[in-house]
Amino acid sequence: MSAHLDYVLALADDALVSAQRTSWWISRAPQLEEDVALANIALDQLGQARALLAHAGRLEDAGRGEDELAYLRDEREFHNVKLVERPQADFGVAVARLLLVATWQYELYAALVDSTDAMLAAVAGKAVKEVAYHLDHARQWTLRLGDGTAESARRMQAAVDAEWPYLEELFEPVDPGLLDAGIAVDPTRLRPAVLLRLEQVLAEAALTVPTTGPAVGGGRRGLHTEHLGYLLAEMQHLHRSHPEATW
Amino acid sequence: MRDWPLWEVFVRSRRGLSHVHVGSLHAPDAEMALRNARDLYTRRQEGISLWVVPAAQIVASSPDEREPFFDPAADKIYRHPTFYDVPEGVEHL
Repeated sequence: MSAHLDYVLALADDALVSAQRTSWWISRAPQLEEDVALANIALDQLGQARALLAHAGRLEDAGRGEDELAYLRDEREFHNVKLVERPQADFGVAVARLLLVATWQYELYAALVDSTDAMLAAVAGKAVKEVAYHLDHARQWTLRLGDGTAESARRMQAAVDAEWPYLEELFEPVDPGLLDAGIAVDPTRLRPAVLLRLEQVLAEAALTVPTTGPAVGGGRRGLHTEHLGYLLAEMQHLHRSHPEATW
Repeated sequence: MRDWPLWEVFVRSRRGLSHVHVGSLHAPDAEMALRNARDLYTRRQEGISLWVVPAAQIVASSPDEREPFFDPAADKIYRHPTFYDVPEGVEHL
């Protein structure tokens, strides 16, 4: 597989797995209004994933489209970071996760607009507006929960602490050839802006920036936590059981 | 979260001149109300401007007052421009 294809798949899988986790909140959010907000966000993420997977399919040129790539790859073939694949059944964790993911995606897509890969640039141009809203949504909740009651502050801090070690994997270097060709954005260059914004939001929310070290990476190489397999089983079983099903 | 106040939502469409009431929602504060309104009422490009107003701040006429409030206007047909005949040949009216 080419580095170009790997890169597009990595971004696609981050969006796809995020969409699957975010959509878990549909019917479970604390209020109907928040239910719709999270559904909107999940749909944005799914839209980004679809466009990127379709592009990956064309790059691969092996007859696989977005459906085959989403539903017929196994765990080891997924390139998403571990940050997005773990369960988020606590609302604070969901907010902290979205804050981290959206902050990173915002910087990423804002820079990818200038990619020499015209398709990537086009997807980024649309996505950057979507993730700006995701970031705002996550920030609003972080402020309210972090600087809310003693209970909400405790739980929001615990959520940030739990997610923070997985942030570093987002900044793993990519193939230098992709940078020379102007296709990819250097993840290490996004790190200062992402950290600065996160630290600002956490300070504003009266939360502490965790000092824990990074978790073990490997997601980009297909080495995942135990949770991804279960997520894929749920996401893929319908397509695998009824390959031609449409609705 | 069960006692979030109610907000009334007004949307101005792309071609609309004024904001039109579209419904209501619950939110903990004004900022979140505006965002919830965006998510609930502008998903299909319904608007380019939003207002949210605390429902408790709206003063409404009561159904009990309907007759004294609105019925007296019923027979004042001279309040409609169509009541008046425009004389033949009058320009710039």
